Amino acid sequence: MNTVTLTVKKQPELYLECENANPDAFAGKKAADIAKLGAYQGKEISTLGDFFTITGEAGATAADTKIIVNGDCTKMKYLGAKMTAGEMIVNSACDMYTGSWMKGGKLTVNGDVHSFCGLAMAGGEFTINGNAGNYLGAAYRGDWRGMSGGVLRVKGNAGSDVASFMIGGTLIVEGDVDIHLGTHMEGGTIILKGNANRRVGGQLVKGEIYVFGKINVMMPGYKPVGEKEMEVDGTKAMFTDFIGDLGERHPKRKGEVVWGHIYMKN
Amino acid sequence: MSEYIIKNGHVFDATQGIKGDKKDICVKDGKIVDKVGSSAKVIDAKDKTVMAGALEVHAHVAGPKVNAGRWYRPEDKHFDSHKKPGITRIEGGKSIPTVFKTGYEYARLGFTFAMEAAMPPLYARHVHEEIHDTPIIDEAALPVFGNNWFVMEYIKNNEIENTAAYIAWILRQTKGYGIKCVNPGGTEAWAWGLNCLTIHDQVPYFEITPAEIITGLIKANEYLGLPHSFHIHQNDLGNPGNYKTTIDSLKLAEGIKATNNFGREQVMHSTHLQFHAYKGTNWGDFESGAKEVMDYVNKQKNLTIDTGNVTLDETTTMTADGPFEHHLHGLNHLKWFNVDVELETAAGIVPFIYDPNNAVFASQWAVGLEIALYAKDPMRCFITTDHPNAGPFTRYPRVYSWLMSKKVRDERLNTFKKADKVIAATNLANIDREITLYELSQMTRAGPAKCLGLSKDYGGLKPGMNADIAIYNINPDKFPSSGAEIEKAFANVAYLFKDGKICVEGGKVVDMGKKNTFWVDAKVPENKQVMHDIREKFLRYYSVNEANYPVPESYAPHQHIISVDATTKA
Repeated sequence: MNTVTLTVKKQPELYLECENANPDAFAGKKAADIAKLGAYQGKEISTLGDFFTITGEAGATAADTKIIVNGDCTKMKYLGAKMTAGEMIVNSACDMYTGSWMKGGKLTVNGDVHSFCGLAMAGGEFTINGNAGNYLGAAYRGDWRGMSGGVLRVKGNAGSDVASFMIGGTLIVEGDVDIHLGTHMEGGTIILKGNANRRVGGQLVKGEIYVFGKINVMMPGYKPVGEKEMEVDGTKAMFTDFIGDLGERHPKRKGEVVWGHIYMKN
Repeated sequence: MSEYIIKNGHVFDATQGIKGDKKDICVKDGKIVDKVGSSAKVIDAKDKTVMAGALEVHAHVAGPKVNAGRWYRPEDKHFDSHKKPGITRIEGGKSIPTVFKTGYEYARLGFTFAMEAAMPPLYARHVHEEIHDTPIIDEAALPVFGNNWFVMEYIKNNEIENTAAYIAWILRQTKGYGIKCVNPGGTEAWAWGLNCLTIHDQVPYFEITPAEIITGLIKANEYLGLPHSFHIHQNDLGNPGNYKTTIDSLKLAEGIKATNNFGREQVMHSTHLQFHAYKGTNWGDFESGAKEVMDYVNKQKNLTIDTGNVTLDETTTMTADGPFEHHLHGLNHLKWFNVDVELETAAGIVPFIYDPNNAVFASQWAVGLEIALYAKDPMRCFITTDHPNAGPFTRYPRVYSWLMSKKVRDERLNTFKKADKVIAATNLANIDREITLYELSQMTRAGPAKCLGLSKDYGGLKPGMNADIAIYNINPDKFPSSGAEIEKAFANVAYLFKDGKICVEGGKVVDMGKKNTFWVDAKVPENKQVMHDIREKFLRYYSVNEANYPVPESYAPHQHIISVDATTKA
């Protein structure tokens, strides 16, 4: 695996949209070619080379490419967006849309991320060793297709509207979250190790939400239907199973109604 | 203004019957002329195709409904908004592009005129604001009349003169171009929770049928002698088995002759016919009815149609057919937008994904192509995608590639996931016809120009016509064989002249040109009855004042007014 190292040499005046800072765009390119890849600052088109010192050489394919980003990336958006393979490590906090529409590969951020990260993620492994903002693993504004695959793990806390419109995959928050966790969820798994503020699982139709801590106020439609011992993310414990007032008839098994579940650790 | 001479190009022009011969085209003062001086700038069009600027006969590109689509689908522009180097502004959106992108993209495709197909009269100001902001291309808008209270009341009493007087008043107030009719009666019936699925269903309260509305509006159109004919989106759109209703409503034009001074021959333009040509009783036994519908259209000389080709993309449907959009929302469960326009019409919007893996959508794709391929007279059949309902207009090059090459078409047909089902439900696999460049020039230039009553200035390269010229990187002697090559050649013109000015060069917009808004000023005898009715309706029902209703001159600063005189008819 070939490694490319990007080091921030100049801070953008506005924000820099690094849509091309991912293994797929780098694949098969030398440092000089990577420096020529476009990046938007507002409406102005500039290049990655204007803002980063680039060393190393990318592999022939995305899967063969590892990218390490150093320096202060708090004004960089779209790092690792739409990546399909390979590896990327960002040793800084970064701005919005990090790892959005990610389809595969491995992305690690050693710092905090802003909102809309892991947006509509479809595959791969995305780890945030810090806190995340709002709309983590959610759908883009107006869109109805949220996170659909892969594993997204946040070591710290996350903001509001996490995993809204989620349809698949696994999202793990080890800290706390704010309101509207898993709104409009239609599949997938959310594991919350900490506490949640209000309105968890509004319009939840399918999928599972595991909560290890407390929910400030439970949505009025939910009721407990039983207890179960389960192993969740390596922890074995007793959970109380809650279902809401919104179910869906199973399209294949006629007449059977499928419910979304919230499992609260006892 | 500068002079140009376009040399060595292969010219296709249906107005003069030129089929790919090499001919020099001279341009002076915004018009095409016989010859120019020796100082004229030479454009070398060797191995290139030269055609007139294309005309869009039916698209939703400006107005409140389009804008509602823009703000309620932010995801449509997220990965498709960029500034390209040069004089252009940021271009955003895919199925519902911004006004700027609309103008640039049409110009890059070789278009110089576009018709906004549905203008709610009450919101005509918004339509004209957007038209004014759309660069390069000339535009006009058709106000909708099919569910208008005035129209339904007059036609019920068989008062064609009053209907015509009211239409003339609306055209002047809204700076409109002609008569559009969407789901006649059905949209109004929906206010009672009903719809009109055949042309003989009664509209509640008004006690009138779609058939009466259609006949009345055709008669009013010919009474006024408007440049464009009655323009209809028929009842029962998009439902299996609707081809019977379609033919029934087309039959209403039988025996009516066009009366106008613009060279128009049709009395009814039936739009996006693809959505109206389905056989079967449900989506399971759905079949193509294109042959039945086109057999009738081919026989009946006073009809024109456009195709409404499905492009197999994710798009946004938007129409004044409110009940249909609600029905569509029930099918795909995606977000639904709806609005009622007081006394006049309504509109709905639903995002839609024409997934090629789905047998129904793939069959709709085939039906659209069949309609164009069954058309015997290319001067009466135009290519559209009913932008953005069946697909964005930016996909025209792809539609052309399917129509112009059986190989490209069959490649697509045979690689559908449910190809067997699609081939069984449609006739496309058995059609060998390939549209030629000359036929394309008829379907996209001369035909639409004649249909819209603009054949004096548009759609051809005769001396005296507007110097709207599109030059494509296509050598007719070595016509590209792959779909991608055809698409590429049609997607970016080598040159686009608009009114004698080069606006696009090598696919890049270099000049914003001078755009015009077309509207029709119809003069009718003074009609006290209609003016009284208008005043009364405004006092009683409208939430706006009559004085605030008209579109002020400042909304259309570059207007081109076409006058018609119906005062002698009385």
